Amino acid sequence: MLYARLIIMRLFKAVIVLFLIVILNFLLIQLAPGDPAAILAGEAGAADQEFLNQLRERFGLDQPMYVQLWRYVSGIAMLDFGYSYRLGVPVFDLIMARLPATLLLTGTAFLISLVLGIIAGSMAAARVKKPSGSIIMALALVFYATPLFWVALMSVLVFSVYLDWLPAYGFYTVGAGYTGFALILDVAKHLILPATTLALFFMAIYTRMTRTSMLDAAQQDYVKTARAKGLKPGIIQRRHVLRNALLPIITLAGLQAGQMVGGAILTETVFAWPGIGRLMFEALQQRDYNLLLGIFFFSAALVIVFNIITDLVYRLADPRIKGAS
Amino acid sequence: MSFFARFAQNRGALVGLIILLMIIAMAILAPLLFPESPWRMVQRPFLPPMSQDGFPLGTDTMGRNVAAGLMHGAWVSLLIGLVSTSVALLIGVPLGAIAGYYGGLIDDILMRFTEFFQTIPNFALAIVLVAIMQPSVTSIVLAIALVSWPPVARLVRAEFMSLRHREYVEAARLVGQTNSTIILRQILPNTLSPIIVLASLMVATAILLESSLSFLGLGDPNVMSWGYMIGAARTVIRQAWWLSFFPGVAILLTVLALNLVGEGLDDALNPKLSRER
Repeated sequence: MLYARLIIMRLFKAVIVLFLIVILNFLLIQLAPGDPAAILAGEAGAADQEFLNQLRERFGLDQPMYVQLWRYVSGIAMLDFGYSYRLGVPVFDLIMARLPATLLLTGTAFLISLVLGIIAGSMAAARVKKPSGSIIMALALVFYATPLFWVALMSVLVFSVYLDWLPAYGFYTVGAGYTGFALILDVAKHLILPATTLALFFMAIYTRMTRTSMLDAAQQDYVKTARAKGLKPGIIQRRHVLRNALLPIITLAGLQAGQMVGGAILTETVFAWPGIGRLMFEALQQRDYNLLLGIFFFSAALVIVFNIITDLVYRLADPRIKGAS
Repeated sequence: MSFFARFAQNRGALVGLIILLMIIAMAILAPLLFPESPWRMVQRPFLPPMSQDGFPLGTDTMGRNVAAGLMHGAWVSLLIGLVSTSVALLIGVPLGAIAGYYGGLIDDILMRFTEFFQTIPNFALAIVLVAIMQPSVTSIVLAIALVSWPPVARLVRAEFMSLRHREYVEAARLVGQTNSTIILRQILPNTLSPIIVLASLMVATAILLESSLSFLGLGDPNVMSWGYMIGAARTVIRQAWWLSFFPGVAILLTVLALNLVGEGLDDALNPKLSRER
């Protein structure tokens, strides 16, 4: 029951945030340079006034501002994000076609970064004053400072161009006609480079978070008790320290996971991964503002979904919290 | 112990400071060593590094000098990092101070506003803002500032909340100082050290953001930047690795140096806290 109420509260909050983003989007459209109709006609090379007026009417651009806002908001409420100015296809359809690839990429990267980050962080916490612990933290700092798109490019250079181990571009081998298990394997091969390069930056964050959290948890009284009982250090680290250190990590990981959608824009651009990040890059290149804002809305929605999920996981993991807030 | 001695106790911070000074030197020397515009075509394209005098890092797809681009790019990165962080501080510090000092309804409203900005994915918002305002140094600075002020507001708010009931604040109130005087003269000076540490890390993040934006083609078309150089070389990575390799190393070193300096500042400004970590 508590969970049901909690979910309803969170969804209510999510709807308000999304509504505000829709209004922000509408304001941004107004700020966009030039009349979208003019941009479209300019590209087509036929900029006569009549054609422009026709286009304006088609997109509702001849109506007063408040009518446009109402049309825009009520449209989005019914999942109508308008048309891509360039492609003439509904924005919603374009995004839906690309969403699964992004979910696969960010989901995999999230798991890789979280698991490896927690392992590296606990190793660093157990070796606080030793050189090996410092090396882990130095590496984490380097990964944290490395531009995502650059790691992606360099990994293409090393693993695809020189070593020829992994494919550099795309989602699957075009024209190979794989089906079933062979197809899964093929997609997995294409996934390795984008997912690991995207994961590196977040792994660095999770490593630092885990270490701090573990060191905090190690100061607690129950750890002293466990040590006084004569338990082995390894067991204390795993059962007493790590378990309690995990809770703050879950919360922070959820907040960071939202930024992964942003990182995906860069990795998908480099690897021609057919997700919404690559779509955003394409929209950017063609100054397709409507598509751009649609993707922006969806990336924010993804962040909210991610946050609600972590919130629920957190409450499941920690029975002390009873959905009070 | 003096401030610098505490800073220098952190070896990493010293290394970071040296790297940072070298990059600042690069930015200052760029117009002296390479007085010509880094956009000018000066040699045949795709010249590999070390193959010809005067072109230690080779030339790019258009025959432009990579070394010149790298030096001029240092200027842009540092400038955008510093200015956008300053603008973010100008937004975040007042908001956080007001929310933390007054509390209650004002605090609630301002914090909801801050949370809203924190929910929106930073990078996606920055892309949309620059695309719509048209790429220029000003729009990039504004976009980066608009996505990076929330942590400042939260930090300043937390500091103000813990300080507003201290005795010296109560005393200032008792002698009849106005709220604005108390905020600016009494509390704000005591929150400066965590703000300085956060700001140094924000400059690093801003430089990463700027390079990511210009990588995607959203850089100012009139200034040479590291991100642009990598973005322009993306499709020719097989033929010319050096075009994307060197600018990337430059970004990595700058961001790393700023993070190390930030940690050193943290040690120097908050000596009690940092020793335990």
